Amino acid sequence: MTYLAKPRLRHPTLAVNKVGYTRRDYEGKISTLCAGCGHDSISAAIIEACWELDIEPHRVAKLSGIGCSSKTPDYFLGASHGFNTVHGRMPSVLTGANLANRDLLYLGVSGDGDSASIGLGQFAHAMRRGVRMAYIVENNGVYGLTKGQFSATADQGSKSKKGVVNTDSPVDLVAMALQLGASYVGRGFSGNKAQLVPLIKGAISHGGSAFIDVISPCVAFNNHPGSTKSYDYVREHNEAVSRIDFISGRDEISVDIEPGEVMDVRQHDGTLLRLRSLHPDYTLGDRHAAMAYMQRHQEMGEVVTGLLYVDPLATDLHTALNTSGRPLNALGPAELCPGASALERLNASLR
Amino acid sequence: MTQQQIEAVNDFVIKFANVNGSGSASANELFAKAILRMGVPVSPRNIFPSNIQGLPTWYEVRVTEDGHLGRRGGTDMMVAMNPQTWDADVAELAPGGYLFYDSTRPLPPSRFRDDIRVIGMPLTEICNAVYQDPRQRQLFKNIVYVGALAVLLGIEPEVVEKLFGEQYKGKEKLLASNVQALHLGCDFARENLREPVGLQVRRADRVGGRIFVDGNSAAALGCVYGGATVAAWYPITPSSSVAEAFQKYCSKFRVDPATGQHRFAIVQAEDELASIGMVVGAGWNGARAFTATSGPGISLMAEFIGLAYFAEIPITLINVQRGGPSTGMPTRTQQADILACAYASHGDTKHVLLFPEDPHECFAHAAAALDLADRLQTPVFLMTDLDIGMNQRLCEPFAWDDSQAYDRGKVMSADELEAGRDFGRYKDVDGDGIPWRTLPGTHPTKGSYFTRGTTRDAYARYSERGPDYIYNMERLLKKFATAATLVPQPVLRPAARKTALGVIYFGSTSPSMHEALDALEAQGIHLNAMRLRAFPFPESVAQFVAQHEQVFVVEQNRDAQMRSLLVNELNADPARLIRVLHFDGTPITARFIVQAIATHVHPTKEAA
Ligand SMILES: Cc1ncc(C[n+]2csc(CCOP(=O)(O)OP(=O)(O)O)c2C)c(N)n1
Ligand code: SF4
Repeated sequence: MTYLAKPRLRHPTLAVNKVGYTRRDYEGKISTLCAGCGHDSISAAIIEACWELDIEPHRVAKLSGIGCSSKTPDYFLGASHGFNTVHGRMPSVLTGANLANRDLLYLGVSGDGDSASIGLGQFAHAMRRGVRMAYIVENNGVYGLTKGQFSATADQGSKSKKGVVNTDSPVDLVAMALQLGASYVGRGFSGNKAQLVPLIKGAISHGGSAFIDVISPCVAFNNHPGSTKSYDYVREHNEAVSRIDFISGRDEISVDIEPGEVMDVRQHDGTLLRLRSLHPDYTLGDRHAAMAYMQRHQEMGEVVTGLLYVDPLATDLHTALNTSGRPLNALGPAELCPGASALERLNASLR
Repeated sequence: MTQQQIEAVNDFVIKFANVNGSGSASANELFAKAILRMGVPVSPRNIFPSNIQGLPTWYEVRVTEDGHLGRRGGTDMMVAMNPQTWDADVAELAPGGYLFYDSTRPLPPSRFRDDIRVIGMPLTEICNAVYQDPRQRQLFKNIVYVGALAVLLGIEPEVVEKLFGEQYKGKEKLLASNVQALHLGCDFARENLREPVGLQVRRADRVGGRIFVDGNSAAALGCVYGGATVAAWYPITPSSSVAEAFQKYCSKFRVDPATGQHRFAIVQAEDELASIGMVVGAGWNGARAFTATSGPGISLMAEFIGLAYFAEIPITLINVQRGGPSTGMPTRTQQADILACAYASHGDTKHVLLFPEDPHECFAHAAAALDLADRLQTPVFLMTDLDIGMNQRLCEPFAWDDSQAYDRGKVMSADELEAGRDFGRYKDVDGDGIPWRTLPGTHPTKGSYFTRGTTRDAYARYSERGPDYIYNMERLLKKFATAATLVPQPVLRPAARKTALGVIYFGSTSPSMHEALDALEAQGIHLNAMRLRAFPFPESVAQFVAQHEQVFVVEQNRDAQMRSLLVNELNADPARLIRVLHFDGTPITARFIVQAIATHVHPTKEAA
């Protein structure tokens, strides 16, 4: 199934990564989103992360639901297959795709309406199942594509552009992901690329279900005073628990570690997540502590960002199902069909 | 006893009235199988309400030397083991019939009828005397009555013993205790129930090489043979056993002996939305994938079915139909999802449906559905029902030709892309309406595209241009016309003589239809019969309708859904298509069909 990249002609001044691609090779179509939309910054971060990770673009399958956020896969990794599925149901489609071919990298992109309302069930169950993927929610607290209705992640008491106050309590996808068994959970901010890129790199390299909630302000409908998902609000209230660096396995030796401040988390594939804890009281790798910390700060009106939890040795659904190492979509009749003689024996047993 | 007793050899209906959860199911099945082993065809049916434990269930066995496998109607012998349904069960017996019951607790004469013969046996007393454990007392009661019935009806106990031997191979203790229970029943009957019974089973040679299996297992096996590797499902009666059987067969046939790794992935999803979503994802990514469900599940899946149709993703759905609408009669049979499936989802859609008549075709058509889905890149529905799905049927053995390859359809390889073949995901290159696709990960620079439910041009580029939309929608119609040439073609059963009457039927109606055709012929009513096996309708269906003045359309739903489909899709003259509808949730009987058609053909004669 896989196909080796051929040497390609490229502009001599553009930097190439280890697999011979320039950043441009990770771009997609021109975005049609509003200028300044947080989602575009996330696309840029995905492009950066994949380039830095030396991923061959065509080895990524990018799937999404429906919404402005879900349109974004068309705007990055133009050489990968993309799938804009139905509203809220990307997780199941991604799960099926992943079952069919475990050799690709799966990137799920969704919005807060998509994942926290109509798709809440699918979101939850994909986390439970441990589908290996990087699931990114571009969270702006509103329905962008349908023009400004509150989504289920809008904070209680926050105001819509028209001044309507949201009375419902919010769904916190990070808390849910933690509770449901996601093995890599982080929160980012589209306006903080330095934090977001390594967060995405870690998610892509993670061996289980990785979830990142990215606060991504909607400039059209949710970037006003009174919104808790506006650029200004998030900048002012951001509370980063950690700074992470993502280090590919092969670079590991050249890194010098300063004890006390830095924690290295080695993953299955040998890569390292290097966490510089900004808060000495934050313990990574403890779901309950992560939840408590986050909620405490949320009550103080702070948006905690960074990598909140990771189980570096997490495995995935394929491990649980004990699926063939060769992708299921590559198996042929010789491996799949028991054949006529087995059928004869079966017939005999049914007489 | 005022009434003549019913006398019949190898041609009667016996019904077991039991309490759900009492362990009667396997004993009753054993009874049916013993008759089969004596070379006499049987056709059993589970009749069970929607509940788990404690409520009534019935198991009806039609013993039929002539091989009529449809439900006959009427009961010649009742094995009344459920006090709760006693009165109704007794009332159901045909005059001259036989009532077999547990006489441990005596019943007043008012609970019986004087035109039937009553055979009492103190089953509880016998079991309580022999067994200490309450569960054993309960379970072996069933085996004891099988032993007694064997003696009464002339079933050879050795045949039952042999069946036990096969069932409990290697479990000697279980084997011995079951054989003991069997003999308890046989001995009691020989000693105490001496008056001969008019219903008899006699050895015959009418079963041949046929197999005895339920349609759900057969469909699951068809999915194994057809190369399905991903199955996602959500429990719903009467389809759950498809997925469960798939799991069973995969564990048997698809585990790599060297590594223990599975060449399949089965997920019990959180709901039908997720199960079909997973199938769509797997189909998009090049695995053969299916789900099994029933009516309510189809309703939930509708949005995804539309996506798969429009985005052209191969998926297979096994719809084991039950009584609708809504929760309807969840444990009863119907053919009532035809329109819901043919046009599932919103907008203009049309889907490929296959209608297997029995487990043999459930197997063959399930495998064919996987091929068709890949070939056509579209959803394909296997439309079975509770009657075929959950009842064991005598049918032709499964057949497989090892030289047949899977038809993976038009998948463009990396080499073809590399060689410069033009790739337009939604381009009709071959004139059959079926475009080429590439699988994710195929080639570093060529052949990737973006799949979406919105309109696009032939190169899969987002487009809201009217002409792009129309090109695409018309190509989908062309593809559907191609499908009509690829699906299983209808089966014609011509009348013995020239006639202007025709009848169209499909699916589980088949055995009753055959019996009805024989009976109608005996009355001088001749019909050419066409069994539909698929939608879209091949050319021959339109011809068949055109060739007859009147065509009866026999189906098991209220609204004549297949007839609507024929009128709508073939532009057939509605006046020629006469409804014959059975929809009370029980399987259609030959008696019903004969009555409906004969009344129509000779209205005055029937009225007289
Ligand atoms: C759309 C749909 N899918 C499936 C079903 C079948 N169904 C009926 S009850 C049930 C499970 C109920 O489970 P639960 O609520 O836990 O109750 P329990 O039976 O365990 O008491 C299912 C799957 C249905 N009725 N409708
Ligand atoms: S409406 Fe909001 S979310 Fe949608 S593109 Fe515009 S800014 Fe982004």
